[in-house]
Amino acid sequence: MTLMAVSRDQILACLGSVAQVFADNMDYLTDLDAAIGDADHGINMQRGFAAVKTKLAEVQDKDIGTIFKAVGMALVSTVGGAAGPLYGTFFLRAGQAAGQTQELTQPEFTTVIDAGVRGVMERGKAKVGEKTMVDALQPTLDALRDALAQGRAFEEALRMAAAAAESGMKATVPLKATKGRASYLGERSIGHQDPGATSSYLIFRTLAECLAP
Amino acid sequence: MKKLINNPQDVVKESLLGLAAAHPQTLRVHFDPQFVCRADSPVPNKVALVSGGGSGHEPLHSGFVGHGMLDAACPGEVFTSPTPDQILEATKSVHGGSGVLYIIKNYAGDVMNFQMASELAAMETIEIESCLISDDVAVDNSEYSQGRRGVGTTVLVEKICGAAAQKGMRLKQVAEIGARVNASGRSMGMALTSCTVPMKGTPTFDLGPEEMEIGIGIHGERGRFRRPLRPAHDVVATLAEAVIQDLPFRVGDQVLAFVNGMGGTPLAELYIVYMELAKICQSKGLTIVRNLVGPYITSLEMMGASITMLRMDDELIQLWDYPVATPGLRWGM
Repeated sequence: MTLMAVSRDQILACLGSVAQVFADNMDYLTDLDAAIGDADHGINMQRGFAAVKTKLAEVQDKDIGTIFKAVGMALVSTVGGAAGPLYGTFFLRAGQAAGQTQELTQPEFTTVIDAGVRGVMERGKAKVGEKTMVDALQPTLDALRDALAQGRAFEEALRMAAAAAESGMKATVPLKATKGRASYLGERSIGHQDPGATSSYLIFRTLAECLAP
Repeated sequence: MKKLINNPQDVVKESLLGLAAAHPQTLRVHFDPQFVCRADSPVPNKVALVSGGGSGHEPLHSGFVGHGMLDAACPGEVFTSPTPDQILEATKSVHGGSGVLYIIKNYAGDVMNFQMASELAAMETIEIESCLISDDVAVDNSEYSQGRRGVGTTVLVEKICGAAAQKGMRLKQVAEIGARVNASGRSMGMALTSCTVPMKGTPTFDLGPEEMEIGIGIHGERGRFRRPLRPAHDVVATLAEAVIQDLPFRVGDQVLAFVNGMGGTPLAELYIVYMELAKICQSKGLTIVRNLVGPYITSLEMMGASITMLRMDDELIQLWDYPVATPGLRWGM
């Protein structure tokens, strides 16, 4: 069946899956963070999305904008560190862009992700190539925009986005960190995959798996 | 780990409960989300001052809540930034209709969380200004900050801006004074020992029995260099030189000299540091017009000290002298 628009219920289901993915990948993300950060990214993301899951029960009959804002607030109040405000900003800005709607068409979905990614870049003052989550998010956004411009189907756009996130994540391995905690390691950050880019990839991989299986 | 606590996970909460029990006339503490606010807040038509950061630096910030200083403080877990929901709730609770000034130490987590809170407050139509403190001359970037870290000058900004707000100055003016104090203040610290975060249970870093770290941060972040222990006069000269040359302080300047203890160094030793600093100031032609000596921005039980110098003018002296009534600083009333 062709995906014309993402419904509120699909988004709720996706967010539930994302929470499960962070529970399953807690140790993986924490191990990545132990190499170049302070070894808490997996624990923090798991805790944050566990709180999101609880929060979703309260807003499941609301519009998509309200749901994303609730996710953002749950993340900022539970994740901590830099990831809390960064992912919190992603969802708050996405929620503002979505507004009071019950579904998102492909152009609307792209606009929503655009707002979230720009929010993260503003908050963290990071750009591509600095070994941060932006290295996964920007290619994801580019893929969604390209797919839209090329008239690709929504499902294909989501798969392209997940593939772009994965390439962006892998491309952080040889980079030297110049933003965030890892930047203090300088040259020693080279050779390690960025945990923030990895968590961003996991979100978009889960979205694609849920919406475009 | 040897600490006088009950459970490591309850340290921040129980310490706040004790603070509130000891100073019921001055402040009250709120949980879920966690913040400390003036007992008489919101004060109508007064600019409100909100600060916060990781716990473990007491009396900063919670001990500076009260008349003539902060309206609210948002304590995070030990050495962990507070979250935007905490800051937002504190902001709403103390906003007296004349806007809120955020005083933020320059650490990536603090900056991002306070920025988010100011966006959320703006959605609730509360006017916010921010004052970012970045006075540590030791290093230009650190494990936790892009740019210089915020340390001792934070105490002075909270006192001076607190007085400005209490006297009825408007939000923009109070923010400008905060920026001026940050621009005129410089600090550097040193450590003789490490410190232990209660939840971690082991020292944050290793420092040999005959070593000290010059330029240490308030979370034990690396400074400029390590060297074998030296007498106080030698250590103070190193810190004071770095501080004086950086602004630079010049012959004829009036200064506030602040000798801060890191938590584990006795007051007697801090006075030795002050004696040495006063000698250096005299030899450089700097007049100490005000001073502060004691543990005010600490790093748990770390042994060590920091020096902060602030170039003063008549307005700053008046604001410094203005009455203050907080658990950590109290005079004139």
